[in-house]
Amino acid sequence: MTKHELVVIGGGPAGLAAALAAWEQGVRDILILERDKEAGGILNQCIHNGFGLHRFKEELTGPEYAGRFIDLVKQTDIRIRTDTMVLDLTADRILHTVSPQHGYEAIQAGAVILAMGCRERTRGAISIPGARCSGIFTAGAAQRFLNIEGYMVGKRVVILGSGDIGLIMARRMTLEGAKVLACVELMPYSGGLNRNIVQCLHDFDIPLYLSHTVTDIRGRDRLEQVVVSEVDERRNPIPGTEMVFDCDTLLLSVGLLPENELSRQAGIEIDPRTNGPVVWENRETSIPGVFACGNVLHVHDLVDYVSAESESAGAAAAAYLQGIRAEGEEVRLIPGSGVGYTVPQHFHRGVENVEIFFRVRNIYHNAAIRVTDGEKQIARFKREHMAPGEMENVRIPKVLLDRIAGNTLTVEIEEAAQ
Amino acid sequence: MKELICITCPKGCHLKVDEETFAVTGNSCPRGAVYGANELRSPVRVVTSTVVVEGPARRLPVKTDRPIPKGKMFAVMEEIAKLRVKAPVAVGDILIPNVAGTDGNVVATKNLQ
Repeated sequence: MTKHELVVIGGGPAGLAAALAAWEQGVRDILILERDKEAGGILNQCIHNGFGLHRFKEELTGPEYAGRFIDLVKQTDIRIRTDTMVLDLTADRILHTVSPQHGYEAIQAGAVILAMGCRERTRGAISIPGARCSGIFTAGAAQRFLNIEGYMVGKRVVILGSGDIGLIMARRMTLEGAKVLACVELMPYSGGLNRNIVQCLHDFDIPLYLSHTVTDIRGRDRLEQVVVSEVDERRNPIPGTEMVFDCDTLLLSVGLLPENELSRQAGIEIDPRTNGPVVWENRETSIPGVFACGNVLHVHDLVDYVSAESESAGAAAAAYLQGIRAEGEEVRLIPGSGVGYTVPQHFHRGVENVEIFFRVRNIYHNAAIRVTDGEKQIARFKREHMAPGEMENVRIPKVLLDRIAGNTLTVEIEEAAQ
Repeated sequence: MKELICITCPKGCHLKVDEETFAVTGNSCPRGAVYGANELRSPVRVVTSTVVVEGPARRLPVKTDRPIPKGKMFAVMEEIAKLRVKAPVAVGDILIPNVAGTDGNVVATKNLQ
């Protein structure tokens, strides 16, 4: 069995940023394990621009954003082993790996950073009825076919779900000569960024049907038609509202799920709200010495925030390897009214400050984020606009944290008075 | 009156822009007024795509190095589709200067060794 100080699982934006931060904190034996042929993760297929506005103060494409981190890693002795699959992770931080170059190999890690990212929900996850013909892809799979492999997946396209990947693919397929007939969204609002609705749908006159869903799929070998129906407030299809689209391709952009098989195998506690590990303020999971960051922890909208989160996880892993332990009584964070989840899920009393990331459950205008200790308000933050598609965050400084009497802190939304 | 959604920040204000005076209403900050007027006068976009690689890698991602007029997007795509590249290419290398008669260049967004 080989030994390494720090092993990072995943060479996407989270893994790269975490490894670099650990290197900067003095860790010298770092191994990144990547299952694809090259580092960069999903950014390699996200060839559109709009990345890095926060981080680099300029608009980069996905490959450019990844390239900047890969260049930085190349200036260090951090090793990236590509084509390597981690089959199992144990609670005592042993990784069982397999690769063409090294065959089967067990690696004992001093600390582990989970940076495996997420994957797309599929047709099976949302139970669309109808024929099981070809021509139905997740938007990300179609994106990989087109941008990495160089294949067009279809000519007449309907997109279900208005998440950002679906919107980006609507524009991409259109520019490559396909006809995108419609983007169909179950909810009464889009899950994607407004700028993408404008640049990807409005620019090409692609209609967005809100409160609609696909209710039938027709086709023998290849997809021939999809049926789209309006839904009521309880998201049930309304009979008589059916529209039939003649198309050969259906792209699904219906959500992302953190990829936590390895975390579960290791026995790491998973938060059912995020589908990611339960973490402390330093992104340490329920297993000491195992940290998590990026989309494996919770699905992000902006890679800039993935990089920032991963840097704190990397620095925390470095501190762990240097024998520093986060200590203090546990304070649990509770998602209150209007809040879907929080990351972290708990923190140590006495920390300098806590930055809480979360998603709201609805669209809010002129509302406020209230942080309470039972009955007592600890902090209140006004927001002009909040939406489920946009991750929120608030930072609670130590002076306020010191006022917490109990062992819980609730984050909730206070709606504007009508 | 032309109705637009501002893309300057995630808030997404619903703007109304006068087609003759380019006066903007519905914005809640000055940046919205600038966006609304520009969007009607001469909307521009960055185009990103991929080009064929002669060699083992299949595609190389590219972009226009500045926003080009929105109406030229498909003309730019046609020129990109004709391009064939060979390694080595570095990020930022100009592959098509002044693409489709614009003042933008098509540049590589990834290294190709």
